[in-house]
Amino acid sequence: MDRYEKYEHDVLIIGTGGAGLRAAIEASAAGVSVGVVCRSLLGKAHTVMAEGGVAASLANVDERDGWKVHFTDTMRGGQYLNNWRMAELHARESPDRVRELEAWGALFDRTKDGRILQRNFGGHKYPRLAHVGDRTGLEMIRTLQDHGIHQGLSIYQECTITALIKNEDRVIGAFAYDREKGKFKVFQAKSVVLSTGGMGRIYKITSNSWDCTGSGISLAYHAGAELIDMEFVQFHPTGMVWPPSVRGLLITEGVRGEGGVLRNSENSRFMFNDIPDLYRNQTSDNEDEGWRYTQGDREAKRPPELLTRDHVARCIVREVKEGRGSPHGGVFLDIAWIKDKIPNAAAHIKRKLPSMYHQFKELANIDITREPMEVGPTTHYIMGGIRVDADTQMTSINGLFAAGECAAGLHGANRLGGNSLSDLLVFGKRAGEYAAGFARENEMVQVQEHQVEELAAEALAPFEKGPENPFQIQGDLQVMMQDLVGIIRSESGLSKALEGIGKLWERAKNAGSGGNRSYNPGWHTALELKHMLTVAEAIARAAKERQESRGGHYREDYTGKSEAFGQVNITVRKQENGTMNVEQIPIKPIRDDLMQTIQEMK
Amino acid sequence: MATVTFNIWRGDHEGGKLEPYNTEISEGMVVLDAVHQIQAEHANDLAVRWNCKAGKCGSCSAEINGRPKLMCMTRMSDMPTDKPVKVEPMKAFPLIKDLVTDVSWNYRVKQKIKKFKPRPPDHEDGTWRMFQADIDRVQEFRKCIECFLCQDVCHVLREHQLHDTFIGPRQMVFNAALEMHPLDTEDRLKNLKEEGGIGFCNITKCCTTVCPESITITDNAIIPLKERVADRFYDPLKKLFRLFKKNEK
Repeated sequence: MDRYEKYEHDVLIIGTGGAGLRAAIEASAAGVSVGVVCRSLLGKAHTVMAEGGVAASLANVDERDGWKVHFTDTMRGGQYLNNWRMAELHARESPDRVRELEAWGALFDRTKDGRILQRNFGGHKYPRLAHVGDRTGLEMIRTLQDHGIHQGLSIYQECTITALIKNEDRVIGAFAYDREKGKFKVFQAKSVVLSTGGMGRIYKITSNSWDCTGSGISLAYHAGAELIDMEFVQFHPTGMVWPPSVRGLLITEGVRGEGGVLRNSENSRFMFNDIPDLYRNQTSDNEDEGWRYTQGDREAKRPPELLTRDHVARCIVREVKEGRGSPHGGVFLDIAWIKDKIPNAAAHIKRKLPSMYHQFKELANIDITREPMEVGPTTHYIMGGIRVDADTQMTSINGLFAAGECAAGLHGANRLGGNSLSDLLVFGKRAGEYAAGFARENEMVQVQEHQVEELAAEALAPFEKGPENPFQIQGDLQVMMQDLVGIIRSESGLSKALEGIGKLWERAKNAGSGGNRSYNPGWHTALELKHMLTVAEAIARAAKERQESRGGHYREDYTGKSEAFGQVNITVRKQENGTMNVEQIPIKPIRDDLMQTIQEMK
Repeated sequence: MATVTFNIWRGDHEGGKLEPYNTEISEGMVVLDAVHQIQAEHANDLAVRWNCKAGKCGSCSAEINGRPKLMCMTRMSDMPTDKPVKVEPMKAFPLIKDLVTDVSWNYRVKQKIKKFKPRPPDHEDGTWRMFQADIDRVQEFRKCIECFLCQDVCHVLREHQLHDTFIGPRQMVFNAALEMHPLDTEDRLKNLKEEGGIGFCNITKCCTTVCPESITITDNAIIPLKERVADRFYDPLKKLFRLFKKNEK
């Protein structure tokens, strides 16, 4: 048996983006011992890439805002498939979570009277996103990191969890290897929080970081936890399309919030041609009013560029498909045009959108203060994930909690921009709090030697295998998911995808890595294939089950919304025999007072 | 498309050498794309650290043709490709493997810096008022992505290996962000002078030159901190004044 190191903590946190760090801070404040596992270096998680801002109804810019408006916007954006209790908690608690960051040293941009500034974003009725230029995620993760390192956390950097360890129906630990030497670690814990983020890396075109392989969702699934809403993947409308090597890189919605407009090759603002009924009352029908909205005119309605992401992404796909796209297969996003409206526009753009300016200048030789950008949809976020209890964030497995992107429920069928950063603060805190509570009430259970032996053997298997190249399998999966489980889906495409995933599972059995155990990306990727294929399969199966189009899920064979599917969520669970079970479960009826709130805000 | 040769450092702390690899370069590619391509096609176990590939996380720091750079922000079109492109790990830190170095020292040093300590809230609801003009400078420092290229290029660390006595440009910027934060009430000047070793910096500005976030490290962070330290500890008039004040007691 291979030697391993063993660590014990009351609470083990897996993943150190915003949700994980916030959970760690909360758990350690509750007085329990906390171990934190990062698969990369601390402070490098995908949260660092969030740009536009964090949504919270602080009402600093428009005093008409409040938690009820935020709640209603979130439910409408999610097409009412959201877990309404999560949406309520999120809307109520996010202002405090943002203010708390300021007390820990965050420096958000300011209003003229010295308060936290808020900007407009798609689907949010009032200016609601607290931000720092277009690098809000960096500010958040650094604030949490710099606060967290003084909280007595045990931090394990560049350490990868390969499996959760259970005793009967409860999670009691996790198995890991460290990247540097490839040595094994066994973590024994009274409770475990998963905060591992999303899965963009199973698609070819994505805004996501290296880490985003859906690992936490897969770890939970294989431990027997229930997944929910997996068919809902968000394709952000504006990713870079040129040059090819940066295809998918995110362009913040903040560009449109600051007055940027979408045009096709005929120079037409095509978004005006397709405004969904659900948003007709809130959307302007002329360019001038749209501009006034972005400049803070409180009576003006929002321009159609700021409709929800699912809708804008599909409109862009249509323009391209019908031959009105830009030279490299996108459409034009123009912020430079505001020079006709305001003085010193170039300086204004550089101040409001510094990293966008930098990104285009450095990577595409384009000066966004002078010329339009070419943009197209990019895989950005998964609304679905591990099913959790709204208040405690506990999954369907005892002692296992989840928060942030890997958990599901808050966003329903489509997430509003800015709601992910507030999600990870609100529910990261809750997960930390309740995981600490669980740890106090439950005894530590010993991990058994035979459990460790099995997991060690599984982890070392790629060194015995071949000749399949793990990078090649990942690449083939990405192409297939993009083509068949992307923005536009169909029964036949999804069946083909499932067949393809089956073949990739077979190939993955022979995925081997050369070299030794020290910092070996081939070995790492071979082990990650299980996660990527699991999540890909769950998405495809859930997408096949939902025979309608709603939010991020669009079926060309069922283009409308179905009333029946509007009443259900789709869950995915591993069966005893190892196969994937898909089920429809009815949505719990919404509480009367919340229903009334939604009615009032219509 | 053109075939370009990359000489990539392969090895660990026991030794290693530059290995040549050929790969196809297409439009818009950055060095990290080429390294990934080589990894996927020729060397599955080639160690390289990366996360975002968008210049936002600061993971893929390396030395490209001898210059400290982020691999993800270095375009192939800006490189001469008629001769091999040399890619090596950062030199100021111990090597783990291939292009990956052990940067844990930076995290240990940071943890020793006194944490943010705000003044009591200005308002009963627990909030403060700050004006944009008063936070512009600190926001510049907070752009730092912790790529540690400034640490890598700093001769105090790189040539003289004074990691025990000098905290380096990154941590100077971190101190400056805290010291100039409008709400902060902590005092770090003594630490900067002693454990921080601020006197070791002789303002050659190499750190500023390599910063991918264009933070004016030397002029805006280090020099003002040096002035504060000098004011406190080396101003003869103030020293005299403090001496008298002490005697009065």
